[in-house]
Amino acid sequence: MKIDPIHQFNIEPLFTLGHIGNHTIAFTNSSLYMLVAVAIIALLMLASGSQLVPGRLQSVAEISYEFVASTIRSTAGAEGMKFFPLIFSLFMFICVSNLVGIIPYTFTVSSHLIVTVGLALLVFFTVLIYGVAKNGLKFFSIFVPHGVPGYILPLVMFIEILSFFLRPVSHSIRLFANMLAGHIALKVFAGFVAMLGFSLGAVGWVGGVLPLALTIALYALEILVAFLQAYVFAILTCIYLNDAIHPGH
Amino acid sequence: MAESHGGAKGPASGAHTEADGGHHSGGFPPFESSTFASQLVSLAIFFVLLYVIVSKLALPKVGGAIEARQNKIEGDLAEAQKLKDQSDAALKAYESELASARTRAQAIANESRDKANAQAEAERKALEEQLAAKLAEAEKTIASTRTTAMSNVRGIAADAAGQIVQQLAGVVPDAASVNAAVDASLKG
Repeated sequence: MKIDPIHQFNIEPLFTLGHIGNHTIAFTNSSLYMLVAVAIIALLMLASGSQLVPGRLQSVAEISYEFVASTIRSTAGAEGMKFFPLIFSLFMFICVSNLVGIIPYTFTVSSHLIVTVGLALLVFFTVLIYGVAKNGLKFFSIFVPHGVPGYILPLVMFIEILSFFLRPVSHSIRLFANMLAGHIALKVFAGFVAMLGFSLGAVGWVGGVLPLALTIALYALEILVAFLQAYVFAILTCIYLNDAIHPGH
Repeated sequence: MAESHGGAKGPASGAHTEADGGHHSGGFPPFESSTFASQLVSLAIFFVLLYVIVSKLALPKVGGAIEARQNKIEGDLAEAQKLKDQSDAALKAYESELASARTRAQAIANESRDKANAQAEAERKALEEQLAAKLAEAEKTIASTRTTAMSNVRGIAADAAGQIVQQLAGVVPDAASVNAAVDASLKG
């Protein structure tokens, strides 16, 4: 019995969609779980009814709505509500796909760097394009903090510009690394249980209790992380968008 | 902030090397560039699909439901306030009506008491007058009856005196002197 904590991240093409250049575009298990996440969100938001007194499902839909809306209002102000659909889509997509991915034998979409990079770059270019379109060159005043003495201003500006362009990197790697690490840790500890049980017999069954307890604890933590990383991704998006909306601050 | 997550990535890289030593045929899946194009295309398709669903259908629907509830609550509160104001006004009207009815009742009671008193007084007066008249009449009757009786007494006395004189003296007295004697005696 060998632990293979990486197998869960394999991309398996289910069928080929076409070719772009020399790349083969396939519908993969990752695509399937993206579709599942979209379907769950659509089902939750659209099939939950619009009663005056909400049922359970409708309550969940309305709580998600209010949660994202209040996050945007508190970090990016009322003007940030322009980006409500984008941030809601990001939050729900990441949250639902993470929560689906935590179920054993499923696939976690955001455990692949390319997906989180795609989402982070979407946010980065939205901020850049909207910021420049709305504020013109004034947008770049976010690189010039107020009240910095002239002689260190070039250094501060350099750091500000660097951190601005590193945003998509940290934004994407944070989500990717959290999901990847969590899933590997879960798999490793769960693998210990099986390994002990199969190799050491009765002693192993007793010895497996500890990694089993750890697996359960980790699993609970991963559920929290699945939600929390979606929230972190959404709130960072709000903060970045706030720069584009109010570059003076 | 990225640094703080380097720690989280640590076990990942550790497991990575361990897996590389294992039987897994390919490299580390998240870094297999041959899958990037497929994933990016799927992500683009499904994220755009999700964005369209969310912005065109989901948010208007859920937001509409929340807003409708808000409006309903506000409307109901306003309605309740209106009804409360109405009932307050009705209570006030009722109290003032009650107060005016009380004063009116007081007035009516006073008036009817005065009227009853006056009527009783009038009746009493009329009755007294009537009684006084009856008394006076009765006195007059008594007086006349007495006079008559007195005159009868005089006649009877004169007759009796004449008879007595005739019996005692055998002489019929002259009526005029008898009458004079009776008068004198009655007067005395």
